[in-house]
Amino acid sequence: MKRRKFDLAATPGKAAVGVDDRFAVATPLRKLLNKVFPDHWSFLLGEIALFSFIVLLLTGVFLTFFFEPAMTEVVYDGSYAPLQGTPMSAAYASSLDISFDVRGGLVMRQMHHWAALLFMAAIVVHMLRVFFTGAFRKPRETNWIIGSLLFWVGFLAGFTGYSLPDDGLSGTGLRIASAIMLSIPVIGSWVTSSVFGGEFPGTIIISRFFIAHVLLIPGLLVALISVHLGLVFKQKHTQWPGPGRTNNNVVGERMFPRYALKQGGFFMVVFGVIALMGGLFQINPIWLFGPYEAWVVSAASQPDWYVMFLDGSTRLMPAWEIPIPIGDGYVIPPLFWPTVVLPGILVGLSTMYPFLEARHLKDRKSHNLLERPRDAPARTALGAMAVSFYIVLTLSGANDVIADKFQISLNAMTWAGRIGLLVVPPLAYYVTYRLCLGLQQHDREVLAHGVETGIIRRLPDGRFVEVHQPLSASNGHADGHGQLDYVGWVVPKKMNRLGALGPAIRGFFYPIEKPVEAPVSPGHPPVEARPEREEIGSGESRR
Amino acid sequence: MTSDNDRRRGLLARLRERPAVRSRGRRRLGAAVRLIAALMLAGGAYTVFAPGAQAQDNPQLTGAAAEGKALFDVSCVTCHGRNAQGVEGRGPSLIGVGAASVEFQVSSGRMPLARQEAQAHRKPPLFTDEQTRQLAQYIQELGGGPVVPEGDDLREDGNIAAGGELFRINCSQCHAFGGGGGALSSGKFAPSLHPATDRQIYAAMLSGPQNMPVFGDNQLRPEQKADIIAYIQETLKHDQDPGGFNLGRYGPSTEGLAIFLVGIVALVFASLWIAGKS
Repeated sequence: MKRRKFDLAATPGKAAVGVDDRFAVATPLRKLLNKVFPDHWSFLLGEIALFSFIVLLLTGVFLTFFFEPAMTEVVYDGSYAPLQGTPMSAAYASSLDISFDVRGGLVMRQMHHWAALLFMAAIVVHMLRVFFTGAFRKPRETNWIIGSLLFWVGFLAGFTGYSLPDDGLSGTGLRIASAIMLSIPVIGSWVTSSVFGGEFPGTIIISRFFIAHVLLIPGLLVALISVHLGLVFKQKHTQWPGPGRTNNNVVGERMFPRYALKQGGFFMVVFGVIALMGGLFQINPIWLFGPYEAWVVSAASQPDWYVMFLDGSTRLMPAWEIPIPIGDGYVIPPLFWPTVVLPGILVGLSTMYPFLEARHLKDRKSHNLLERPRDAPARTALGAMAVSFYIVLTLSGANDVIADKFQISLNAMTWAGRIGLLVVPPLAYYVTYRLCLGLQQHDREVLAHGVETGIIRRLPDGRFVEVHQPLSASNGHADGHGQLDYVGWVVPKKMNRLGALGPAIRGFFYPIEKPVEAPVSPGHPPVEARPEREEIGSGESRR
Repeated sequence: MTSDNDRRRGLLARLRERPAVRSRGRRRLGAAVRLIAALMLAGGAYTVFAPGAQAQDNPQLTGAAAEGKALFDVSCVTCHGRNAQGVEGRGPSLIGVGAASVEFQVSSGRMPLARQEAQAHRKPPLFTDEQTRQLAQYIQELGGGPVVPEGDDLREDGNIAAGGELFRINCSQCHAFGGGGGALSSGKFAPSLHPATDRQIYAAMLSGPQNMPVFGDNQLRPEQKADIIAYIQETLKHDQDPGGFNLGRYGPSTEGLAIFLVGIVALVFASLWIAGKS
């Protein structure tokens, strides 16, 4: 009998052929694996949110094995001595057990919480990137809306999760949430009693929030994230303008293997940072807050950072009650404006912004190339205005901690917040607008006169002039200047940046100074030949 | 000249004048007798009715209190006035505040005050323990008031779990869940409990310094005070922070700061690095 030789090297190929014979996936898979992604560090910010969501799912599943979402009263007898013998809800007792008696439970809880904070932070940072570069413009308005919704759904996920341990802090947050619901005119009391199953706190809220937190909201998040990523695939990623990059192509790396490997590595980095934070920094020490009792409110009871702007707006709101003399008299409490109306306006403005801008600029074109923030000064300034508004509110949400630790009067902090909320955003608008114009001006100056070399030359008549390196050859102008138009690319401002346009080719820790041959990833053939290039130059005209 | 006038006047005038002339000696004698009698009456009545101590200029102070008064007259009198009666617009009267109050304010360095402001700050104490006791004794003898029990360990047999519950109900509103303190209105604040000794916490509960309410023995029984002190000293100060660095125990505000300063910064650098690699 002749023994058949086993060829190890041919196995993957054979297996692949076998799979393709049965499922006919080669053609669509080839298309997928060859999909090209542009490479720029700012395109990875959304991935931080995606990866921290995966960490959230993993750690969250672990926590559900041990968490008991019930408000039945038990007497604690776990290993945290200062609470032994204290009556508390089963939810709080099981949270304490996770923290003290489940192996690895505390680090899992802390990783889950840090991942939640990181998820929201990365969403915001990613949104800022999309906003300031104009990536939300046609055809990507839908994805912008989905992204904004992801923030608000993540907000709900965070709040329900914050409420689950049923410690003093989460109960205080729930009390405020019930007050906010109560402040809604006409339907307020119905909303509250249907959510809480009667009067606050009732006996059902933890179980309801649990199912919302582990099933409904994550389901919604997964659905929204899938559509979000699907649209990025379908509509293709935006890219920075640069040599060879047009509105109709995408220059970058193939999905497989380089991009996939990089993303896999980045996932590990995100996971690692979350694990480090979960292990090194204590977050939400529920054992210090104690079980929630309606009469226990600690100082420095704040929501997590992404809700803090609502706390801030509540603190800054003057106590203006609006009595309406209908029937027995009706009152719109001041709480209604900063906590229901304000977020309503913010949701509306932020989701509708792409349409508002397009309408204002009468812009109906599709944009696949990004805009540098300086090239859209009005949008950039508006964004700075929104960011400063949000920051003033968020800082005001922590104004008691700031007042105490920096020894400032709390009343002064409140008034600073009130005045700051009105004064800082317009100031930010003006300053940002001027900065953008200044940067534009300087770009054009460099294109016209060249890069400053730092070499001072003394002329025969005694004057000193600085030598500039022109970016293009002289084409007959009397002053020896070339004619270069600004086309939205990065303009080199230093000598060693000349020719270093493509982001993929320059190292991060060790900048590569020598000009490269093709301004794209070295893993690829040049997209476009540049035969006319004689001298180091970059502000190439497309005309 | 007198006799001429006498002759010209009538009998009545002479009758009226005669006893006056005659009684000059007798009148002096009578006045002296009356004076002595009145003095004796007043003196007798005084000795019978006058209450002893209050009317005296210098109260009889014990040795320690006298030392305390000497210290008081040098360091405290500017604001709290002579005999600790207080000075309008500078310092309150200390009559009746008790030794507990003096002990808290002086041993924590809050008194003497550095300057007039919203609230006194904790400083290194200016007086030794001995001097603090003398000052406390002086104020105690002036007007009475609450006194901290003897001993440095006031948390003996304190039940930490019960103390934790009492702490969360009574103290955490201002001093915060971790005892790190919190803001009050107009620059006032609840201080951190971490540097406080057993006696200072006890004295603060008894005397209600600055903006703190008084927790007298009818609000929190001495055993309950011991429970609270045990919780503060043995749990809040000695909690090992099982989760790692506690970020100052300022609640979610520093956690939010940390996620941006550590998490986002680290990951943005990571993305710069990954995007730069090819």
